[in-house]
Amino acid sequence: MKIGVLALQGAFREHIKKLRQLGVDAVEVRLPQDLDGLDGLIIPGGESTTMGHLAASFGLVEPLRRFREERPVWGTCAGLILLANRARRQKEGGQPLLGGLDIVVDRNYFGRQVDSFEIDLPTPALDAVAAPGDPDGPFHAIFIRAPAVTEVGPDVEVLAALPDGAIVAVRQGHILGTAFHPELSDDLRFHRYFTALVSGALQDSHNGQRRTARLPT
Amino acid sequence: MERTTGTFTVKSGLADMLKGGVIMDVTNAEQARIAEEAGACAVMALERVPADIRSQGGVARMSDPEKILEIMDAVTIPVMAKVRIGHFVEAQILEALGVDFIDESEVLTPADEEHHINKWDFKVPFVCGCRNLGEALRRIAEGAAMIRTKGEAGTGDVVEAVRHARSVLGDIRRLQTMAPEEMFAFAKEIGAPYELVKMTAEMGRLPVVNFAAGGVATPADAALMMQLGVDGVFVGSGIFKSGNPARRAEAIVKAVTHYKDPHILAEVSRNLGEPMVGRTVESMPEAERIAGRGW
Repeated sequence: MKIGVLALQGAFREHIKKLRQLGVDAVEVRLPQDLDGLDGLIIPGGESTTMGHLAASFGLVEPLRRFREERPVWGTCAGLILLANRARRQKEGGQPLLGGLDIVVDRNYFGRQVDSFEIDLPTPALDAVAAPGDPDGPFHAIFIRAPAVTEVGPDVEVLAALPDGAIVAVRQGHILGTAFHPELSDDLRFHRYFTALVSGALQDSHNGQRRTARLPT
Repeated sequence: MERTTGTFTVKSGLADMLKGGVIMDVTNAEQARIAEEAGACAVMALERVPADIRSQGGVARMSDPEKILEIMDAVTIPVMAKVRIGHFVEAQILEALGVDFIDESEVLTPADEEHHINKWDFKVPFVCGCRNLGEALRRIAEGAAMIRTKGEAGTGDVVEAVRHARSVLGDIRRLQTMAPEEMFAFAKEIGAPYELVKMTAEMGRLPVVNFAAGGVATPADAALMMQLGVDGVFVGSGIFKSGNPARRAEAIVKAVTHYKDPHILAEVSRNLGEPMVGRTVESMPEAERIAGRGW
């Protein structure tokens, strides 16, 4: 299994480190040709305007859209914003989005940096992938100037929400989005969850049924 | 399920999100928008860029809060602002304004010649300058969530940034080959807490994000600093003191992402217009150099 991490800007090294801890072949993606041969892609945290600008400048927007049609993609924080079909509070003049998740995100929903926080987040969806040695119970989630999902379409599964109802983790088919940064937490379960999505999609494509990624149970 | 704010994890977490990016000095809303359009990962809100602070002289202080708020309103990316070394009340004011990061900066006139700010007292993260590993680790001990080389701000001469980055990164390499008893002596020699020295040796890097600053003026300068091993780049006077700020800003952003690809660096370096004129550090009397501020 080979997974790419978009390395235009942001915390891509942390994702690569986590993937390698899971024994996955992980590579940096900066140009369209770097997507060749990948089974999945992570779009990391960073500044979504910076990543969107660089993706547009180096001809990555269409290749990334085609990629997420066919193969699993996970966006964390800025990555979640880029994967949303619609975003609120964009920079003046808007910003290029890749889309794919039928959601509306609100950028910097929680406020500025002084409002950034840590919280223990109940994530029952992770129980299916937990391995020996993983922490039990809630996922210790780190939110940095984070977005939140304010509307979800009918095909979107909500994986986690805060007590006030703000949606912070979603999945739609083989696309995963988290408003927080599992790459900064000392917990591999979200990375396991994504690699399970990728191996599910690989199995499906071997069986000739693309685009119907599922989680092994 | 309760939220905890202002922890070191969320402070250093923002620094992590800035990695691989360019932080640009801006003095008004219009420049801030140009920086955001060009792909800056954050802006530094200032009244005067370092080159002007140098040429105009006088005491350089925290910017007018009105100016900083104007810039915060203009862009969606993180906004940083500078305080004088040791001036914790300027820092309290910036925290109250809601800036995303504070730079306790030698570019401004120091307010305290002995003490830096106790940065653990704040919810907002701090970045501090350094010339060597000892300075970097002392700032981290005081609570800095991010480090940058001092370089020599406002000159457009990258030589000091290179010297400082090589000193920090070279000492880290040296540290990794040391026996434990040598590490105790080394901690004493550089005046840094032993625990942080040990942590740095184990990690093989500074325990926080490390950017380059002070004299970066071209895409090639930015890529040079990245290849030396820093995590990202601050560009101060280099952009808005040049002939075509928008184009140069965008080129430097691209150069930081593709720092290992000489073909892309060649492409983005073309036709950028006049760089800032600059001033060689060598020609500058010791008294005019600002990297020596802070200790």
